[in-house]
Amino acid sequence: MRIGLLVTCLADGLFPQVGKATVQLLERLGHEVGFPREQSCCGQMHTNTGYGRFALPLVRGYVDAFEGYDAVVAPSGSCVGSVRHQHRQIALDAGDTALAEQAGEVASRTYELSELLVDVLGVTDVGAYYPHRVTYHPTCHSLRVLRVGDKPLQLLRAVAALDLVELPEAESCCGFGGTFAVKNADVSAAMLADKMRNVTSTRADVCSASDSSCLMHIGGGLGRLHTGVRTVHLAEILASTRADAA
Amino acid sequence: MTTTYLGMPGIPTAPKGVGNLRGTEPFPDAARRSLDDPQLRRNVGTATRTIRAKRASVVGEVPDWEQLRAAGAALKDDVLARLPELLVQLEEQVTARGGTVHWARDADEANAIVTRLVQGTGADEVVKVKSMATQEIGLNEALEAAGIAAWETDLAELIVQLGHDKPSHILVPAIHRNRAEIREIFLREMGQVGRAADPALTDEPAALAEAARLHLRSKFLAARVAVSGANFAVAETGTLSVVESEGNGRMCLTLPQTLITVMGIEKLVPSWQDLEVFLQLLPRSSTGERMNPYTSMWTGVTPGDGPQEFHLVLLDNGRTATLADPQGRAALRCIRCSACLNVCPVYERTGGHAYGSVYPGPIGAVLSPQLTGVADNPSLPFASTLCGACFDACPVAIDIPSMLVHLREQVSLEKAAHSRTPTPEAAMMRSLAWVMRNPLRWRAALRSARFGRLLGVLPGAHGRIKALPPPLDRWTTTRDLPLPPRESFHDWWDRERGGGS
Repeated sequence: MRIGLLVTCLADGLFPQVGKATVQLLERLGHEVGFPREQSCCGQMHTNTGYGRFALPLVRGYVDAFEGYDAVVAPSGSCVGSVRHQHRQIALDAGDTALAEQAGEVASRTYELSELLVDVLGVTDVGAYYPHRVTYHPTCHSLRVLRVGDKPLQLLRAVAALDLVELPEAESCCGFGGTFAVKNADVSAAMLADKMRNVTSTRADVCSASDSSCLMHIGGGLGRLHTGVRTVHLAEILASTRADAA
Repeated sequence: MTTTYLGMPGIPTAPKGVGNLRGTEPFPDAARRSLDDPQLRRNVGTATRTIRAKRASVVGEVPDWEQLRAAGAALKDDVLARLPELLVQLEEQVTARGGTVHWARDADEANAIVTRLVQGTGADEVVKVKSMATQEIGLNEALEAAGIAAWETDLAELIVQLGHDKPSHILVPAIHRNRAEIREIFLREMGQVGRAADPALTDEPAALAEAARLHLRSKFLAARVAVSGANFAVAETGTLSVVESEGNGRMCLTLPQTLITVMGIEKLVPSWQDLEVFLQLLPRSSTGERMNPYTSMWTGVTPGDGPQEFHLVLLDNGRTATLADPQGRAALRCIRCSACLNVCPVYERTGGHAYGSVYPGPIGAVLSPQLTGVADNPSLPFASTLCGACFDACPVAIDIPSMLVHLREQVSLEKAAHSRTPTPEAAMMRSLAWVMRNPLRWRAALRSARFGRLLGVLPGAHGRIKALPPPLDRWTTTRDLPLPPRESFHDWWDRERGGGS
């Protein structure tokens, strides 16, 4: 099937390795990955900060970029959450019913990476090799907006040489929340402190998740405290092979 | 041109200067003070963790919980759709059973009505059943101004009242206090207003409860007037209901001569049978009990049994304004169970006072701004990470995260409408959208982001960004930022794949 990659604005500008890993993984599994170059951002930051009206052209841009694909994948639970649960409403709020219908249609074929692999492509063992002790933070939007359940964990359990350790209070928010991290910096930092305490308690080398934004938050805190724990996106782990480890 | 529904103009919101729906400072400032109080954080954290676990276990054992939630949501939506006719039906039924119904447009009217009714009995004190509606309108303060003492009889409300404090939780108003603090308050304050506590009082829960029982007993036996709220009102029969755990409500609802109930107009259910759904949803979501210990129901007055005079005050105070917004009205489904507070990671760390309203936590963040109008509570819709835990816990399935996003839009529109120049935030969001909607501009922006790499060569940076200029310095006080890469994904794709998609 022809899969379109929504790389997400954050991965595009700050974490391109996440986009590369997604492409490498899907191609290794034998799929054709397209990257419509006119894409930019799903508009989530605008919408969730109270500027959904500015996101209307971004919704239109998303529909134009991805209409022609059998499926769209993004290495981000929150961006897919925004596409699936906000795009149609943004168009409706603007009174554009035609766009709302198109947006709903493209959204119904848009998947977060673990959903695409497990539900659409039907694989849990992607042939990855990753010799590290890993703990996984499930991210709120993957968990409670998309309902991905344990799909990321199924994928991680099938990775050769990976030692998966359970994260205490895994389902608690890390405190990122987009602009919340700046608007309510003190509350955000308090939430982050608890998340980091739970991450370091696992004695994992790597904290993984399916959202670059949450990882940027957790990793930013872990780095400031010199914990030595790295944050690595799920896509990067799944893309790793013995050749990479050698 | 974007059209946005702003509700029907001219519907009054809850008035200023009365009641407890507006804080004195924005949420982030109030939250900072709570975060700096380690005792409060420990108290609230311990209590919410305990209630969370209890709720999860009793909800987990109900096989049709999701169907019950859907039924609760549907029943409340039906009530909201037929509110006028159901309120009239309730009034007819209550009146036919010997009660008197009063309609209060707002807090001021409700306070005036209750004050007049109490004065009419000649009493100078009333006992109270725990009630959110009377907290919302500031009834105790209004009665006090008229020389009438209002005694709270719920244990936690008593602790709050004796401590000259404000409630911080819908269900457990004194959740921010621990046993030692409660003992201090009882020893210091009880004797000032009634029966004093035994000087040998310990901080054992049973001893504290006994001290409260003895103190309250004298109040119950002396009171001629009681004031209550209502959990439910059945339109078809005119029956009012209060559910509680301590029995103080039962005392107040049965012993006095006169009973005055203040009820938000959304508290209706159409029929007696509908209580079947809510009496399952509420206790499990609220206290984590399968059933609450006391469920009191009364219909008008019964000669020779219980209060011989019953008044029902129907309170609007911004509810009709809330009802006018299709994307906000579901907040009126709320049955005040507090499950959303107990699962909220923000509430858990800030406690209730930071929200500045009698309705704290996630439901407060969507309800308070709608009752007052968003202009008076502009920081509350932002007091959330949109993590969605509240939506999952809500027994009437209020989609609080989506409602928060909707209210954030209302706040930014409100700000835009009242200023000639856009706020810095609005200007930034607009220019960012302008850049992002054009592929060439977006590519250029990605390339220019590489200049951010210069921040990594500052002394002590060690290849990470340690300090950003305001307002982004609020990120780097506690977190690093990775350096922008040498090459964006866009550029990598072009280099590797030759630009084709």
